[in-house]
Amino acid sequence: MSDVYKKFEEKLPGRVIEELKVEAKASKLTDAETTKALNDAVKEYEALLISPGESIGIVTAESFGEAGTQMTLDVFHLAGVAEIQVTRGLPRLIELFDARKIPSTPSMSVYLKSEHTKNEKSIRKVASFLKEMRLEEVSEEFTLNIMNESVEVDLDNKRIKDFGFKKEEILETIKKDLKNASVKETKKGFTLKPESEEINLSILYKLKESAKSTLLRGVPKIIQVLPTKKDGKYVILCAGSNLKKVLEMEQVEGKFTVSNNIFEVASTLGIEAARQAIMNEAVSVIENQGLDIDIRHVMFLADMMTQTGIVRGITRGGISGEKESVLARASFETPINHLITASLTGEKDNLKSVIENVMVNQPIPLGTGLPGLISKIGEKKEKKK
Amino acid sequence: MTENITKKVKSIQFSMLSPNSVKRMSVAKVVTPELYDREGYPVDGGLMDIRMGVIDPGLRCKTCGQRLKECPGHFGYMDLARPILHIKYLDTILRYLRSTCMDCGRILVEGEKVKKHLDNVQKAEQEKRYKVKKNLINAFANSIKLIKKCPHCQAKKKKITIEKPSTILEDGKRLTPIQIKARLEKINDEDIITLGNDPKNSRPEWTVLDILAVPPVTIRPSITLQNGERSEDDLTHKLSDIVRINQRLFENINAGAPEIIIEDLWDLLQYHVTTFFDNSVAQVPVARHRSGQPLKTLHERIKSKEGRFRHNLAGKRVNFSARTVISADPKIKFNEVGVPKIIAMELTIPEKVTEWNIDWLKSLVKKGPKNYPGANYVIRPDGRKKSITEETQEILIEELQPGYIVERHIVNGDISIFNRQPSLHRMSIMCHKILILPGRSFRLNPAVCTPYGADFDGDEMNLHIPQTEEARAEAEILMSVENHIISPKNGLNIIGSIEDAISGLYLLTKKMKFSKGDATELLFNASVIDEKMKNFKKEVTGKEVFSVLLPNDFSFVGNSKNGDDVVIKKGQLIEGVIDKALVGEDNGQLIREIYSKYDEKIGIEFLARIFKLGIETLLRSGFTIGISDSDVPEKINKKNQDLIKKAKQDANNVIKQYELGKLESLPGNSIEETLEIRITEILNKVRNDVSKQVSDSVNEDNPTIIMASSGAKGNLLNVAMMSSCVGQQAIRGKRVQGNYSGRALSLFKKNDPSPEAHGFIEKGYKQGLKPYEYFFGAMTGRDALMDVALRTPKSGYLYRRLSNALQDIRIEYDSTVRDAEKSIIQFKYGEDGIDISRSDGGKINVKKIIKQIKGK
Repeated sequence: MSDVYKKFEEKLPGRVIEELKVEAKASKLTDAETTKALNDAVKEYEALLISPGESIGIVTAESFGEAGTQMTLDVFHLAGVAEIQVTRGLPRLIELFDARKIPSTPSMSVYLKSEHTKNEKSIRKVASFLKEMRLEEVSEEFTLNIMNESVEVDLDNKRIKDFGFKKEEILETIKKDLKNASVKETKKGFTLKPESEEINLSILYKLKESAKSTLLRGVPKIIQVLPTKKDGKYVILCAGSNLKKVLEMEQVEGKFTVSNNIFEVASTLGIEAARQAIMNEAVSVIENQGLDIDIRHVMFLADMMTQTGIVRGITRGGISGEKESVLARASFETPINHLITASLTGEKDNLKSVIENVMVNQPIPLGTGLPGLISKIGEKKEKKK
Repeated sequence: MTENITKKVKSIQFSMLSPNSVKRMSVAKVVTPELYDREGYPVDGGLMDIRMGVIDPGLRCKTCGQRLKECPGHFGYMDLARPILHIKYLDTILRYLRSTCMDCGRILVEGEKVKKHLDNVQKAEQEKRYKVKKNLINAFANSIKLIKKCPHCQAKKKKITIEKPSTILEDGKRLTPIQIKARLEKINDEDIITLGNDPKNSRPEWTVLDILAVPPVTIRPSITLQNGERSEDDLTHKLSDIVRINQRLFENINAGAPEIIIEDLWDLLQYHVTTFFDNSVAQVPVARHRSGQPLKTLHERIKSKEGRFRHNLAGKRVNFSARTVISADPKIKFNEVGVPKIIAMELTIPEKVTEWNIDWLKSLVKKGPKNYPGANYVIRPDGRKKSITEETQEILIEELQPGYIVERHIVNGDISIFNRQPSLHRMSIMCHKILILPGRSFRLNPAVCTPYGADFDGDEMNLHIPQTEEARAEAEILMSVENHIISPKNGLNIIGSIEDAISGLYLLTKKMKFSKGDATELLFNASVIDEKMKNFKKEVTGKEVFSVLLPNDFSFVGNSKNGDDVVIKKGQLIEGVIDKALVGEDNGQLIREIYSKYDEKIGIEFLARIFKLGIETLLRSGFTIGISDSDVPEKINKKNQDLIKKAKQDANNVIKQYELGKLESLPGNSIEETLEIRITEILNKVRNDVSKQVSDSVNEDNPTIIMASSGAKGNLLNVAMMSSCVGQQAIRGKRVQGNYSGRALSLFKKNDPSPEAHGFIEKGYKQGLKPYEYFFGAMTGRDALMDVALRTPKSGYLYRRLSNALQDIRIEYDSTVRDAEKSIIQFKYGEDGIDISRSDGGKINVKKIIKQIKGK
């Protein structure tokens, strides 16, 4: 049976063959019929192929540009139950294409290995390990005691118990983390005394601030965790993202865990993963807005942003700023700067792209403007000279 | 006739102007600030010297002998008494001064390191990684800053600082431009290359100006005001300032004036030259007109949207175009545009005279420009253009012969390009055929409103007439409406039946019955005459009438809007009702099926015919709604009131729980947020329940329901909003919130979380709204307006950036996707090379193929 398909592997996209296999089985086609179906599919496929010279860059830009006018500006998405608030709509699309280093609402979906997803309790446990917990959250008060030249920390015993800490543990971490201060246990909590020779108010203040943000447990930057069930699987939705640290955790199933921070994905999983992440994020915005943009456009844009091996935004510092042509760059933004540097480095514009040819009133190298004269008349004569 | 052979520009080289090249290209030396003599004639050696071009009619340029509009203008120059720093190259000057030795002029790095750096740069250059190259050079230049000693002559380096805007200090002592220039002259070519610049095109000392190029008069023309006074261009004003100060500086130097006076004047000259280049430099006072309005100098001429690049170079003005208000005409074809006669008599097409059309063109010339269809101009083979007037008419008809060109009025069937802004996608500019109609507006078929995004509330559109055969061929083949039925965005049809056409087809195919005569007449009115009509029996169903339009060999299985099967077998509609899901825009399965099975012509013809049939059906049966059509039976009404009452009670229960502290928060939300979520949930649900009640209760023949269920206009929710309950009003995705005082309006209690205090509108529009409810409705309306106003510029900028970044990318002949530098982005477009605008929703329809094989 598979022999029938083998011949067509070169002629048809894999996706179509797969689909045909399923459908053929469902409708019980004979081999001869299958071959015919495949032949028909090839015929249709060839008719659908895109023509050379098609300016698909512009088509993609238009597809997003036109859809952008229909998107809502609502920054937050109110799905109600069991959702982490995430930027959606046009603002998210803009920050995605800008390739901002940190998205306005970083978030992650953390999947767990099967042994940790047996019941809700075990998931909650892992979730509590994920959430970053700082000293501030289990303390009642931080006071600067100027007389004693120390910082007094009052712990909130109820919260300590709620979060499953022990006072000794906390003191241990504090001792480890704050190396330039001595820790002394008190009735309410503990006092910190800086170990530097000169003590002034600003040193005390700094100590207080660093004590406040001492990490007791969890992964830094994960602000909020929300264990839920999604498509029959247990997921921990997180506000804040720290892909590298989370993937290092042994309970986490790395295969499915995703972050919406493209740069983090690129630096931990590589550029191909970043490309996929851009696609996933763009598709989720489009679908969330109830729009319909073909996946090829998203694919193309993601390829464009990741082509050089670095994530580049569609900004004057990114793709638009790295064009070869001076005039193309100058026509986008900050024309003077481009012209000045061009004059210094003696740049030459070979008029290979669109906008320069528009400027000098020549046919553009796209579509019907692309084909040139194949045989050059008079070339021989020149050679003779 | 001779045609202009245009030279092809192959490349453009950028470089700095050296003092020598300024002198070489100059035709005049500017020495006096005077512009005109007493007769108003430009002074020789002044800024308006006619050697630099003419701006007055009648005068001839002394350099090229051409008149106004022929002479392109020529540069002049002026000698500056003392050198001046070019403000735009200040960073470059600083970099050179900081990176080279003040004594020997060599770069402050040893040879080996330089070589290594150059290798790196070259590698980046070869790999076309321009950003990397730029960063390398910047990092290298910055690393030099830390070096304290010259490795070549061991001289100690001094610290170069800058005092904004343009004073350069060395160890706190001022470096005059003369000193700077002397130092820059010492730098050798290799070191310039090391710093990333090209010594052939930019010697560092050229950044300090000895002589200033004076732009041609033609780029700074003066305007003559009504009272005969002349108003000079901003650039001329600035230049005359420079000339004046320059002269004073000369005089003072020659007279041996004290150094302080000379330096003051020097600084003043620096200021004027700086503002001549850029009048918006930080910390430089803006040069202004006497009226206080800032001068527009060179930088301002180039930059931003109204600057040279974006306004004049990337966008150009055209002739042979028209613009007027649009209005609808459902009786014209999709690919036609109705053009008023007055416009048709202004727009022309150049028609070459041949022996076959000479008689026709002669008749057009005879009619002249004032009668339609006529002609406006005759172009002789030598290129001379003659306008057709009563006097010239006779002679022109006489001499007309093959080789001449007649610019004739556009007539029916001529090709035009039709456009509506904002041109967000390629369907915003399409090719239509001209149809001359009475009136003063452009007419278009309402079905093509969608691709343009047009309506008829005063919209205007543009019409262009292509002037060459190539342009017309391209427009007709590539831009015609029939080629743009399927959107490249998602492979769905953007053109389809709309509004009344859908209602009509829905009614027709649902249960209408006609006598043979009526059916024939209906079809005839929809301009259909077909073989199939012969088979009509005494009584004809609507389905049969519709089937007449289908091709005979057409079979199709699809689903209508509510999911029912629609079956067409061999050109007969057997089962199902035609509605939006089959013939509408965006997802008209039937239309796409016909479009992909037959060619575009048949596709658009079919679409046009069903459109007409739908409208004609409605026209004959009549279709109207009144206020009573949104009436709901008393029983249902009561039920609805109960529903709403219950919902309000539920909401109040939740509030009570909250007040008692018994409300459990949803995971990830605070208790207040939970309360909001719960209330919103209850109130949104009740409206849906009400709308379901209403739609169940209302008669199927109710026109509002027909429109909603056929997909022509509106939905069931709208019906419910009219009849029973408008529902919860939302602002920024939330219930209407109070202000600082904790309430939305002063008639509510503070911090009252009840439904009515936060924008729940209980009654329907017909029953009437309470004043505060009306106010909440207005709030939502304003919110929607604001959203659009904020969104449009944002998405517009996103679009501009996208199109600018992606405009060069195309499919190559080897089916790869590449940019202008030929680097590959994708090996096959979209991984399979399918053109979305040719596909059916971006896919190959496997099921269809198998169905066809099975069917046989």
